[in-house]
Amino acid sequence: MKQEIKILRQHGVQYIKDLRRQQLSPLFKGRPVISEEITEKEIASAAGVCPAGAICSKTGSLDLGKCMFCGECVFINPDKIKFTNDYRIAANRREDLIIKPGQTGEIRLSENHVRTEIRRIFRKGLKLRQVSAGGDNACEMELNAAGNVNFDMGRFGIEFTASPRHADGIVITGPVSSAMSYALKNTYDAIPEPKLIILSGTDAISGGMFAESKAIDRSFLADKKIDLYVPGNPAHPLTFINGVLDLLGIR
Amino acid sequence: MKGSYIEIENNSGPYRIDDIPVLPYSDFYNQTITFMRERDSIHCVAYFGIKYQNRIRIICLLADDTNGKIYGYSFIYNDNETLDSVTKVLPQMHLFEREVHENFGVRYSGHPWLKPVRYSYDRLNTDQVIENYPFYRIEGEELHEVGVGPVHAGVIEPGHFRFICHGEKVFHLEIQLGYQHRGVENLMVQSVKPLQKCILAESVAGDTVIGHTIAHAQLIESLAGIKAGSRLQIERCIALELERIAVHIGDTAALCGDVAYQLGQAVCEALRTSVINTTQLWCGNRFGKGLIRPGGSNYPLNAETAKKISEMISDTGRRFEDITERIFSLTSLMARFEDIGTVTALQAKKAGATGMAARSSGVARDIRVTHPFQYYQKVNVNTIIQQKGDVLSRALQRKEEVKESIRIINQLLVVWQENPENISKPRYDVPLKPDSFSVSLSEGWRGEICHAAFTSGDGKIMSYKIKDPSFHNWLMLALAVRNQEISDFPLCNKSFNLSYCGHDL
Repeated sequence: MKQEIKILRQHGVQYIKDLRRQQLSPLFKGRPVISEEITEKEIASAAGVCPAGAICSKTGSLDLGKCMFCGECVFINPDKIKFTNDYRIAANRREDLIIKPGQTGEIRLSENHVRTEIRRIFRKGLKLRQVSAGGDNACEMELNAAGNVNFDMGRFGIEFTASPRHADGIVITGPVSSAMSYALKNTYDAIPEPKLIILSGTDAISGGMFAESKAIDRSFLADKKIDLYVPGNPAHPLTFINGVLDLLGIR
Repeated sequence: MKGSYIEIENNSGPYRIDDIPVLPYSDFYNQTITFMRERDSIHCVAYFGIKYQNRIRIICLLADDTNGKIYGYSFIYNDNETLDSVTKVLPQMHLFEREVHENFGVRYSGHPWLKPVRYSYDRLNTDQVIENYPFYRIEGEELHEVGVGPVHAGVIEPGHFRFICHGEKVFHLEIQLGYQHRGVENLMVQSVKPLQKCILAESVAGDTVIGHTIAHAQLIESLAGIKAGSRLQIERCIALELERIAVHIGDTAALCGDVAYQLGQAVCEALRTSVINTTQLWCGNRFGKGLIRPGGSNYPLNAETAKKISEMISDTGRRFEDITERIFSLTSLMARFEDIGTVTALQAKKAGATGMAARSSGVARDIRVTHPFQYYQKVNVNTIIQQKGDVLSRALQRKEEVKESIRIINQLLVVWQENPENISKPRYDVPLKPDSFSVSLSEGWRGEICHAAFTSGDGKIMSYKIKDPSFHNWLMLALAVRNQEISDFPLCNKSFNLSYCGHDL
């Protein structure tokens, strides 16, 4: 017992008090800012180097739903493209993930597009079933971390649950491998209505590096309304938690 | 030993594809068996097919732990030929033959069961589908089957476990994988930009980013005939050891969680956070994505970060020591860890186990020592082994490996300061030597990672083979739960923490 108290004391307070305002290290790649003055030549070079086709070669906009956050576009155009360490980059409309040159504002959810029943029913407690469908385990580990002693999203009543029958929604990671498409649909169908869908990580949002692979089958997502897109490679726990809090309308 | 093979070294070359001897299958068979039978020091790191000049060529790569060499030889498969299976004599080859059978239709006689390995989308027989996997069955009125997965009761990757139980006792476990198959190896060939290949290497297994990207980067460097400078090599090794520390501590947390020791779980989770946050401080990503690139680095270590790493590992090491001292002194925990999920050294050898899973069972396999890559040639690495091969051994293995990794990083930080040369930017467009191949081994936290690539006449990668340590080690888990209570399965599973996506590719 004495030793346990010593260990507890040694560790002190571990949880992050304010999940909204925690500062991440300067190098963390969050919300990008592209200069309005970016030239056509610079756009072409950035689009040329991008491994994921996230940069539009015409407009120079950057799609966070495709971005692998490798930062190579910044290394060749350091004056024109920057990644800030603003981790609040989740959105509920796919188009809001596309950052245009000159856009410096924060990314926030479009309030008009949040289904009203979500806030009415899930605000005080949200149980989520997670399905990894070709995820590389980094995204899954970050979702686990969202519930650990440091991030502790359980304080808001947000938790992962084992059974889809007990869940209010599904969190999908990975590009959706063909072999998982059936199990994914089955799990989703087992969740009672109303239910929400969250895509966590670039792979889930667009297929990422696997978008062109023949081993992928994303047809499940084709006709679904996605309630939250959480970009990242992998999505940082703070990005996920802040996105879910915004979706539920918790300040 | 006399034989017909090309003798190469890890992370060197490039070598000419034509220099890999093509043997008649009978010679190939005999040579493989002569090499590996009754000798633990030689094991197979890769055995795979490539399409070469419109024919199927099967290549075998054996690693010799006594002299750091890799032996390569091959045979050409003629359609409809039935070959004698090596597995009869060398059970560790069973998965390799299954894989080649699945992808290329090579027929073997005497193999116990040529089941599909991962249902890759380009498999030869697409009539075989994942929903109809041919499970091993035992008939008996008192037996029952328990099926688990592919979706598990947690935030983890998918895979199916089929238990055959007698009451609570597990007679047999079969692990069926393939749900995570994303076609990584094919994309490695198809992707046009070299940067895409780097990012694919990062996604082979997101918990082994550094291990796989080092294997990839040094493979590209070998094929291009360039060598990383000392300082870059040192930084890569530091990153690899940080990854090992982070995962081992995280897995200790998971083991504590499984036996309901909450303090151990919470403390180790927090300790893991401090390690991966240091990696984030270094390169902006908690898993080290973006840190390792061929020919250079976008994130050369600076004095300030090096100091942070040094402080963090000494602090984390001390706290981890305190909590593990407590964990391994609690009788209630020891009762759950000791003599549970035992895999003997003989079983480990026959399964072809690698890395920490092998070392926990007393098999001293460590690529850092036997086939040193990057800066491991110049630092002293003690291979840690346990003897019993139970859950406790694997938990103690992790504890000791964390301590050893901290010692290695401290050594590395000293030589890092003595090697002040500049690290250049990554080199993506280095031309690769045509008609060549190279083999790259690294020791990730799970164990031996093998990447091998072959180039065509125009210097493009025409074949890329990846082997994650989980490929062999999943069988260790199946062996561990035999004759155990089914309720101990989660604990056994966590003690290995194997990769689904690393296996399925």
